[in-house]
Amino acid sequence: MLSIPIEYYLILSAFMFIVGVTGVLIRRNAIVVFMCIELMLNAANLSLVAFSSYHGNPVGQIFVFFVMTVAAAEATVGLAIIIAIFRNKLTVNVDEINIFKW
Amino acid sequence: MNIELILFIILATIAAVTSILVITRSNAVISAVFLVLNFFALAGLYLLLNAQFISVVQIIVYAGAIMVLFLFVIMLLRTDGEPRIFSDKRYIKYFALLISIFVFIQVSYLLLIGSPSKSVTGNQSASINSGTIETIGKELYTNYIIPFEVAGFLLLAATIGAIILAKKKFE
Repeated sequence: MLSIPIEYYLILSAFMFIVGVTGVLIRRNAIVVFMCIELMLNAANLSLVAFSSYHGNPVGQIFVFFVMTVAAAEATVGLAIIIAIFRNKLTVNVDEINIFKW
Repeated sequence: MNIELILFIILATIAAVTSILVITRSNAVISAVFLVLNFFALAGLYLLLNAQFISVVQIIVYAGAIMVLFLFVIMLLRTDGEPRIFSDKRYIKYFALLISIFVFIQVSYLLLIGSPSKSVTGNQSASINSGTIETIGKELYTNYIIPFEVAGFLLLAATIGAIILAKKKFE
């Protein structure tokens, strides 16, 4: 194991992150936008784990553990906000949720 | 062609294709299912990197808990599908795609020029040792005990916040 160069993992991670960014920019459904944020967090986790494993240092994996905790908290609060918005506006389309714009 | 490279190619292909499918399907439930598949592929990649603990946590927390929460909310809300991704002819989509491809090319170029594999070469025994639940548990409960407690407090705060936000009306 660990015979393949670390660039493979890093490029896969960069690709997944870019796909997540594109999703956030082009999708209009707020729930899918949240899923794209999870995709970006996972892409970052992949590079953290790759470096941690290739260096033989567990700190990167502990950081991934905390990233997962924050992602869980973020998903909980974000979905609660989406439910609250849906109750008031009956939509989750981010183009129609513009009460802060003027 | 060794077994690790073959496994990496299979898992990386699954991860890349499912991540694209997540953002191109117009139905949110299908996106969520592909995201679960993507998380499973990532868990396989973590196993390939000798990170057993993170791999198991990835399946339990992400594919298990978070995605079930997402699917629950998707099915709870009535979300009529958006227009298909390429039938909607707004310039911002092409602009977003252009910028993303540009940034990806930039990052890949830097990675290939910098070539971190020259300085970062895997050490097999240290790598296996660093991914076990024993090492991570020891670190978490000694050096990282305060961040660990803060993470627990953060989850408590998130739970209370979600309950308050999703309540029927604010008082």
